[in-house]
Amino acid sequence: MTARLKPKHQRLVLVIVALVAIIGAGVLAAWGLRNQASFYLLPNELVADPPAAGQAVRLGGMVEAGSLRTDADGITVHFIVGDGEAKVPVTYSGILPDLFQEGSGVTADGSMGADGVFHADGLLAKHDEKYVPRELKDMTEAQKHQVVAEATE
Amino acid sequence: MHAFANPARFLRIARPLTPVLLLAGLGIIAASLVYGLAFAPAEQLQGETVRILFLHVPTAWLGMAGWSAIAISSLMELVWRHPLAALAARASALPGAVFTFLCLVTGSIWGRPAWGTWWVWDGRLTSMLVLLFLYFGYMALAGAVDREGGSSRIPAIFGLIGAINIPIIHYSVIWWNSLHQPPSITTGGSAMAGPFLWGLLAATLGFTLLFSGVVLARMRALLADIQTEARLRRKALEA
Repeated sequence: MTARLKPKHQRLVLVIVALVAIIGAGVLAAWGLRNQASFYLLPNELVADPPAAGQAVRLGGMVEAGSLRTDADGITVHFIVGDGEAKVPVTYSGILPDLFQEGSGVTADGSMGADGVFHADGLLAKHDEKYVPRELKDMTEAQKHQVVAEATE
Repeated sequence: MHAFANPARFLRIARPLTPVLLLAGLGIIAASLVYGLAFAPAEQLQGETVRILFLHVPTAWLGMAGWSAIAISSLMELVWRHPLAALAARASALPGAVFTFLCLVTGSIWGRPAWGTWWVWDGRLTSMLVLLFLYFGYMALAGAVDREGGSSRIPAIFGLIGAINIPIIHYSVIWWNSLHQPPSITTGGSAMAGPFLWGLLAATLGFTLLFSGVVLARMRALLADIQTEARLRRKALEA
């Protein structure tokens, strides 16, 4: 004697089994893509597994504070991209994106040179998830506290 | 939910609710967009381009919510055979596709000044483009089934399978390095300052009300179509 399910419950079980199979396939696919689907390599990934000199890769990370300097020609810049673990020196000639600045995110298309410097032929600025009004940025810490205190009084 | 299996009962609620949702939605959208364009502060890095956020985020949310509505309706249709579920799924498809398209366009317009490019093939942008194509596929499939005849369960199955893309869109910026920023608003709090956050939540509420009103209006139109057709068929038999 087998307990017979109501047709409604039969369909529910069938759909759940199908969904589990689809989600399983999706998770496997995402897992398989975990490296290929990344838009860029972090400095520590680049240092741990260096690409051949001249091989096109995309590097992404933070522009280290204080590392940015511009050559006498005015368009060649040198800076260091770091991720807290490894650092890669980068050089680039061309127009910088508006949001490019020290302490902010960047991705660089290019290749490693034999000199250990990453030669970029394209830069994109990366914005992070923080949104701060411009007025607050120019204030000192004390002024900010004052504004907040006034607002909450 | 089965209380609404009766179309007459559904219409009794949907008919007065539609204009309320549409008008409230439009009012809140107008207020929040005026705030976003004229009164919200400039962002410290992005400057004035931050204002497109008040359009981009609600459209992204509704592009994903639209497919979630299709998936839930499809589940109701397949398992519980709810008579209005197929209508709800079809009614959500076109508005969802429009919002997904607007999300891609506004994101692209923001990306040019902020990132320095109109488009990149990173995880978030690519999965959102896949969502737009899934909408096109769903509309073509549902349209073909309704026109040419065939089981309405076929688009429902497609709607359920396509739902796998929704978590992929959400986690794309967490699983993979992407150019697109990770979510600013999470269950843990907000990395977005108050003046942006509240305007954004208001705009999202307004667009969601508008979306709901449009879906209800489209469901009523689809119901009216079915009733007209049934009446014509009856007339033809009598004649």
